[in-house]
Parts: sequence; C-alpha cells; structure tokens
Amino acid sequence: MKLSHEEVEHIALLARLGSSEEELERFREQLSHILESFEVLQQVDTADVPPTAQSVDLQDVVRADEVSPSLPHSQIMANAPQQEAGCFRVRAVLE
Amino acid sequence: MGEPNLYQLTIHEAHQLLASRQLSSFELTEAVLARIPQVEPQLHAFVTTTHDLARNQAREADERIAGGDMSPLTGIPVVIKDNMCTKGIATTCSSRMLEGFVPPYDAAVIEKLNALGAVLVGKSNMDEFAMGSSTENSAFFITNNPWDISRVPGGSSGGSAVAVAAGETIYALGSDTGGSIRQPAGFCSVVGLKPTYGRVSRYGLVAFASSLDQIGPLTKDVTDCALVMNVISGHDPRDATSVSHPVPDYTRSLIPDLDGIRIGVPQEYFVAGMQPEVEAVMRSAIGKLVELGASVEWGVSLPSTPYALAVYYIIAPSEASANLARYDGVKYGFSAQDAEGMWDAMEKTRQHGFGPEVKRRIMLGTYALSAGYYDAYYLKAQRVRTLIRREFDQAFEQFDALVTPTSPTVPFGIGEKVDDPLQMYLSDVCTLPINIAGIPGLSLPAGFVDGLPVGMQILGRPFSEELLLRIGFAYEQATPWHERRPPL
Repeated sequence: MKLSHEEVEHIALLARLGSSEEELERFREQLSHILESFEVLQQVDTADVPPTAQSVDLQDVVRADEVSPSLPHSQIMANAPQQEAGCFRVRAVLE
Repeated sequence: MGEPNLYQLTIHEAHQLLASRQLSSFELTEAVLARIPQVEPQLHAFVTTTHDLARNQAREADERIAGGDMSPLTGIPVVIKDNMCTKGIATTCSSRMLEGFVPPYDAAVIEKLNALGAVLVGKSNMDEFAMGSSTENSAFFITNNPWDISRVPGGSSGGSAVAVAAGETIYALGSDTGGSIRQPAGFCSVVGLKPTYGRVSRYGLVAFASSLDQIGPLTKDVTDCALVMNVISGHDPRDATSVSHPVPDYTRSLIPDLDGIRIGVPQEYFVAGMQPEVEAVMRSAIGKLVELGASVEWGVSLPSTPYALAVYYIIAPSEASANLARYDGVKYGFSAQDAEGMWDAMEKTRQHGFGPEVKRRIMLGTYALSAGYYDAYYLKAQRVRTLIRREFDQAFEQFDALVTPTSPTVPFGIGEKVDDPLQMYLSDVCTLPINIAGIPGLSLPAGFVDGLPVGMQILGRPFSEELLLRIGFAYEQATPWHERRPPL
C-alpha cells in the first residue's frame, strides 16, 4: 500500500494538521510502511464475524436527569488562550 | 538485609508504621521528597513535583491519623501519570499542546485518593498523549531506566514506573491502552496491573483510545497493588463505560499457594524475535508456578494473536484521531498566534502543539476512518477484534489464567527504535491483545538478564483481578525479585 503525496496531503487536511513538505514526505514513507503491515488482516476470514466496538457488553447507559452545579465560569475560562467579554475568542470564520 | 530507607517502603509496610505511630506521614513524605533530587538528575521521571502540596497533605494526614481516621492509603506518597487531571496542578500529557493547562477539576481516581488523605508528590513523565512504548516521545525530556540509565524505562507510563522503582514515591498510578502500565512495570521490575475494561473510572483521564484505555496501579509488590485496587475500582456514573460490578477486598485473595489453579501458556507469545534469555527466565518462572501447586499446560493456542498488532494500530489511532480533534487552540492549551483566520490557526496550533508520533497516529487514524477505507481497515479490525476476544473466552473455559512474558525483550537502548515506528510498535506485541479483548493483565518481576528486569504477565477472564493477584502474590512470596532495588 503506497500512499501518494496527494493522499497524504488530503489526510493532513482532514485532520487539520498543518505540515511542511518535508513532514508530508516522511508521513508518506512511514504510513505506507505501516499500512503494508496491516495487509495481514486480509488473510483473516471475517465473513460471519460481527465487529466489536468495545469489550464490556454495556448498552444504553443512562443516568437520572438531575440538575447539578457545573464548574464556575471563571475556572473554565482560566485556561482560554484568548477571551473577550467572558467568551472564548476565535478568529474570523468567514473572510 | 539492613533496615530499608523510608522511601523504599511499600504501602503496607508504611501503613503499619503510621498506624503504630512509629512514623509520621510528614517524615515519610520528607524522605521521599529528599530522595527525588538525589536520583532525578539521572532519571527524569517527573514533569512536575508538588513539594508544598505534599507537605500540607502529609500534615493533614497526620491529623487524621491522630484522630483515628485512617485507611491503608492515608498519608502515603503517590505519583500520578501526567494524563490524569489534578485540580489546580498542571496536567500536560507530556505535550506542548497542554503545556500550562491547569485542570479545573480532579479525575475520579484523584478524588478517591484525596478523600482518603493521600499525599501527591508529583506528576510523572510519559510518552506524549500516552502514545509510545519508551517514554522517548515525551515532548519535554527522556526518562531513563533506573537499572541502566542508557536504556528506556518502557512506556507510556515510564515516569510512574521509574518513580516507584527508584523510591521517588511509594506507589503510582498509570494508564494502559496497549501495555502502557505493564510494559514499563516489566522494564523497571515493579508490579503493574491493567484492570478489566470498565473496572476503574476514567473520568478526568485525558482520552487516547476510548475503547482500550484503563487506569491502574504501579507498586512495589502485589499486596500494594491489591490495596490500591480496593480504592480506585468501582462504578462511576460520569464514565459511561464503567461497570457496576461489585468491588471485593482484593487483599483477601492474597494466599500463598496455587493448589487447583489451571494455567495455560499460549505458544503465540513465545514469538520469533523473542530474546532467548527472556524465554529462559519465563520457563523458570512458570516452573515455580508448578512448584506452588498450579497445573500448567504449554502449547495453548490463540491463533489470532499475530493479527493483534495490526488490529491495535488501526483501532487505537482511529479513536485517537477523533479524541484529539478537541485540541483546536480555542478552549485551552497551546494556541498558535501567528495565524490568519480560524482554519489556519487550527492547523498551525496542531502542527506546532503535537509531536511526531502523535501526528503520525492522527494521520493513520484519519486515513483508516476516511471515506473508502473504513471497511477495509477500521471495520475489518473490529471484526478481527471479535475473534481475538472469542479465543480468550475459549481459553478461559479450560484455564483459570494464562501466563506470558510482558515483553519479548529486556529494556532496549535509548534511541534504538525511535526512527522505526513499526519496530517500536512490536515491543508491545505481548500486551496489546489484552486491551483489545478488555481482559485484565498483571505484570510482575520474574527475574533478571544481566541485571536487566524481565516481567511476567498473568491474564484472566474479565473481573478476575482477585485470581491474578493471588497467582502474583504466591509467586512473589516464593521469589526474591521484588526485593531487588536498582543500583542508584
């Protein structure tokens, strides 16, 4: 499984990972190598095997819908890189 | 053997001295705090040390003890892997992305320890976001193995394992997604348990791969492991994957014989690439289990084991790529300032905030989940996961427990595998299948090869921690390995 430069560029975009050309090339080589090692899975017959998403057989976990205090606003905002008027400040979404 | 230094005490030894007022928590804490600067220049186990907090907590613990309010963990120093949220104390995941992040709340396990009067001495170094097998992926510095500082301590909970082995704490907590407690426990000759998936609440554990992550203890012996499990286990409505299975008193299972215990040895764990000296140590350790009364059958087969590596390195990065999408530079953590517009800020934040292995796994996971590849990779891996789980279930119809090496080799050299991700991934080959199946696994000291530790891994069916601890305890009582301390 050899990845192309364009494929790697596309994955980086999907993951919103800014990457230099040099990084992309290194990812291309390493990911191709790793994906090749995954090909062993194609040897396994899984035609009638259901997938397992997690290993405890819990389903539909719900809790009582009760009001409880949340963390103080000031504590939540204390880690904000940028804030304004008590809100997280983000950059322009639309140009 | 002379009188041990206070920092070398186990939890149960220290507790006895505290309970009989021969020792105060403050004295014990000072002994640990004095040990840290002696060995830290060689080891680098800590991202953060919390001296002042530790002294305050020790004084409070001494007041509680004086008032007769005491549990086995009261007044005992602990180190926490730096991916568990500690209110008011930086929690970095050894990543630039979370440098300076101060959690506004405690993880569930921290709440439980605090409620009993534990003493926090620091937060330990780890592979960035718990992705790695050597602690070399920390964005800050490399942690060295106390048995040979030119070698890795294992990972990702390397700092926690080193701190326990070197007497920089009495015990520690780690997290285990594919071996991150057991492999460093094996490499540092301490006891490490990955509990059954759902046994310990992960509320406040920074998420890596949500269907695999578990928190567990790293301790100096099996009794301590049981004592910590008594406290951290149990249902928590804030972690929807935690299970309402009753929590026993794990210390009651610590009996020193193995009469009637049926143990299987899966042949796939004695793989090509395994060091012959490690195999020899394992054979001798398994012989000891027979002497203790267990029946052992060699050559048990779990035929899907060779596929576990690929299954793991599809599922874990896929889940990680989703979990790590939250790091956008807006709400907390690192935020690139030299950017134009939202997307550019996000891409630059993630480019400069994440290290190479984290990026590699995000890329891998994003690819495995992307349109056109989902069925071939992620879904396929989940189906093979079912087979791996079934084979364990079948083996446990015949056997009470399975025994394997924790790692195929002794600790490897620093730098030896950093340039070859696939070789690094292979060092977890004996521990990954356990997370895939969600079963518990205990690693404990099984001997040494030229002064380097070898770990033995004991596996059981879901919620069989008591039996694993019993086997570990019986073995430990009959062997001297857990009493050896690294030459520092």
